[in-house]
Amino acid sequence: MLRKFTVALLILICYVLQSSVFGGLTFGGIIPNLLVILTSSFGFMRGEKEGLFIGFFCGLLNDIFFGSFLGFYALVLMYIGYLNGKFSRIFYPEDIKLPIALIVTSDLSYGIICYVLSFMLRGRFQFTYYFAHVILPEALYTILITLLLYPILLKINQKLEAREKRREQKFV
Amino acid sequence: MSPIIKRKKEKHALPGKYLLFILTFVCTLLMVITICTDLLNRPINTVVGYVIVPFQQGIGRLGGWLSGRSEELVQIRTLLEENARLKEEIAALTEENTLLQQDKYELVSLRELVSLSEQYGEYTKIAARIIGRDSGNWFSAFTIDKGEDDGLAVNMNVIAGGGLVGRITAVGPNWARVTSIISDNSNVSGMTIATEDNLMVTGDLKLMAEGCITFSQLMDSNDRVVAGDKVVTSNISDKYLPNILIGYISSIEKDANNLTKSGLIIPAVDFEHLGEVLVITDMKQSVMDASQN
Repeated sequence: MLRKFTVALLILICYVLQSSVFGGLTFGGIIPNLLVILTSSFGFMRGEKEGLFIGFFCGLLNDIFFGSFLGFYALVLMYIGYLNGKFSRIFYPEDIKLPIALIVTSDLSYGIICYVLSFMLRGRFQFTYYFAHVILPEALYTILITLLLYPILLKINQKLEAREKRREQKFV
Repeated sequence: MSPIIKRKKEKHALPGKYLLFILTFVCTLLMVITICTDLLNRPINTVVGYVIVPFQQGIGRLGGWLSGRSEELVQIRTLLEENARLKEEIAALTEENTLLQQDKYELVSLRELVSLSEQYGEYTKIAARIIGRDSGNWFSAFTIDKGEDDGLAVNMNVIAGGGLVGRITAVGPNWARVTSIISDNSNVSGMTIATEDNLMVTGDLKLMAEGCITFSQLMDSNDRVVAGDKVVTSNISDKYLPNILIGYISSIEKDANNLTKSGLIIPAVDFEHLGEVLVITDMKQSVMDASQN
């Protein structure tokens, strides 16, 4: 219960921060993608199912406020969460390289999917331009934010896991 | 082991693969439903309106307060040198002002000439504050803190500083989404004020950083449209009210087909620094109805 509540709060905070505060903290007009960080870090920390759900709700929120129709970002982020969950077996909290690599890959693929589905299909074919001016800067800025945000998410998750373990022991 | 714990584990036994499949189906269904109907918009917009918007409003206010404080600190440091510089500027500005005054008289008389004096006076407007910006980097949209409860509806035009900002594309009870005209997926039918030639104004992500938008399909066989011409919304647009200022033509080129022209427009609105906007609550249809009566 506490986990669900915390995760819901995290989604809310990340979304609100991204749509308001980071709008004023842009580098060259680029906003980092907190939702991808949240989805993919819970994916590889907690496994496929949790990544999938968090991705779905993050995306749905994005869809409602800024999508042209419901379900698009939800679908993309859901798959990102699920695929990141595949890596939960080789994830160790002490290792920072895997999380960074996964988050960057996730953000790049998120950008490329968005480009293909919402730009290329409308006849904007200059992929190199969009890659160099939107997708890549977003990924770089996202790494920067990851370095700050990921340790916090890791701490929260560890606290929750420790608490769940204690409760389980109490029951048995 | 107690039976309660056992039951809990059974409940979570659905494997991720099936869950993914189910949710993919749900997403596809949602997409189909929202593309074909607007059945879902209302309940969902209402729910998120009450959950998210208060946070955004709070953060917006906090952000405004914080930036105000930090600005004050910076100002104290730079105040002295700025004071000296400003005094010089006052002298220059006074001179400029007298020139502008002369221009203003000319402008007023010219406006009367083209009967634009009460440009937007006939429309009723509601002021709204921007509380959130598009969370991605692809399109340019933002949410405002007024919604259905304040009488807003989809397709209402939004202006700021005398120029067109965009139109409302979604509403909740206490929020609304505005898609701006510089967004890559936005098209506005416009016309030049001097020659009344129609053209199509399209947002472009590539030019967003430079603060430009493109126009195309300008039929100007007599070469009368020149850079600097004023572009307003046309009277044949079905979503935008006529004669709202879009911007000024900055460059113009002949297309490869030798029939139409295209080029760049500098919008009248500074989209980088928007804080408050005005929503025109008159809709295109109702204006048409009124003129028919």
